[in-house]
Amino acid sequence: MTWTWFHRLGSPPYVYALAARLTPWFAWPAALLILGGLWGGLVLAPPDYQQGEGVRILYVHAPSAWMSLMVYTSMAIAGAVGLIWRIKVAHAVAASCAPIGASFTVAALVTGALWGKPMWGTYWEWDPRLTSELILLFLYLGYMGLRTGIEDTQRADRASAVLAVVGLVNVPIIHYSVTWWNSLHQAPSVMRLAKPSMAPSMLIPLLMMLLGFTLLFGALLLVRLRGEILSRERAASWIREVVGA
Amino acid sequence: MSLDAAWLALLRDLQLAFRKRGQLVQPLAFFAMVTMLFPLAISPELSRLRSIAPGVLWVAALLASLLALEFLFRDDAYDGTLEQYALSGRSLTGLMFAKTVAHWLLTGLPLTLMAPLAALSLGAPAASIPGILAAVAAGTVALSLIGSIGAALTLGIKRSGALLSLLILPLSLPVLIFGARATQLAINGSPLLPPLELLAALAVLAVTLAPLAAAAAVRISLE
Repeated sequence: MTWTWFHRLGSPPYVYALAARLTPWFAWPAALLILGGLWGGLVLAPPDYQQGEGVRILYVHAPSAWMSLMVYTSMAIAGAVGLIWRIKVAHAVAASCAPIGASFTVAALVTGALWGKPMWGTYWEWDPRLTSELILLFLYLGYMGLRTGIEDTQRADRASAVLAVVGLVNVPIIHYSVTWWNSLHQAPSVMRLAKPSMAPSMLIPLLMMLLGFTLLFGALLLVRLRGEILSRERAASWIREVVGA
Repeated sequence: MSLDAAWLALLRDLQLAFRKRGQLVQPLAFFAMVTMLFPLAISPELSRLRSIAPGVLWVAALLASLLALEFLFRDDAYDGTLEQYALSGRSLTGLMFAKTVAHWLLTGLPLTLMAPLAALSLGAPAASIPGILAAVAAGTVALSLIGSIGAALTLGIKRSGALLSLLILPLSLPVLIFGARATQLAINGSPLLPPLELLAALAVLAVTLAPLAAAAAVRISLE
């Protein structure tokens, strides 16, 4: 087995060109899936018998919440890869992940609060999932704060990678402690989003949105990664050829 | 044997701290002040204070240990001691653990001894003291260790106080949750073993993993 494909991923010019080529392959399916999923979720799917039309926000909320965790995991893995094999591009990937993940987290929080108004009668309920999501936002903010706090890029990369890995170990602990904390104060809420059986008319749009958001993350990541590589390699000679200056 | 080096580092830190005793009192005074703010801000009725006592106690302890973190690596980073530790060929993880143990002895232990006083002043019954002592002892061990990671990561950043709290507080929330719950159960006179065991588990996990992360972070900051 040859490892050349892996070694080439360590080269910024190669990854820059690869990202440019791959972007449409993520962006177009993402757009189609999200449009289709929105059509299916907002128009075709029936309203819920308990939650009424309010359930439709789920089609944006659940994928955002899912992505917020997935992006954090990707960020920590990219950071660990950069830390272990000293691959600069991996650190650039981790740096590009953070703002995307924080945005998904904010989207999940805002849609969760909007969903809460008709369901709970209040925008904010100290629900374990919303609370964990808020804590995740603070983890993202801390990560980005550490990155901007350290001026030297390489040190910032490595320090924030350690933080992301520590955070990843803590995410499940935080999640379960928050769930445990909440279970002391209120009975499990009547309306559970995670129903074991979902009608296909609701499940299919949800899965389309989920896949669409994942591809959207891929497309955003590739675009941000190119920007990140350009700014990190601005002194390198290959940049001049690429941007034609 | 690298344990010898760790032991010497521990003794050195304790000795240095006792030569500057004034600094040791500051986190304690801060803890007492924060505890005092709540009766003044809410009400002097002991029955009301008793219901919020666990929360007050743990928020104050969390903030006090955060404040104390500043002393953990700062002086050693300025005078090059950390660099010498990293170059010494001894296990940096062991040395980090020793420094954190010293830090706990200097801040966590006094905080633990003071917590029952603060709890009593907030209306907790005397019977709750052993439970509170155990909970705060285990909790501050975990807090010191988690904090050592943050302090090591923010080495060399100017005015890192706000950033340090942003890094550390989310990671400390499980300690806050289980600690406050154990304290609440102790005040109510109920069996408090489950949250206490979870706190102890967090402390053990932190003992195992935090020195590794702190050592990695120190190495990075020295690069």
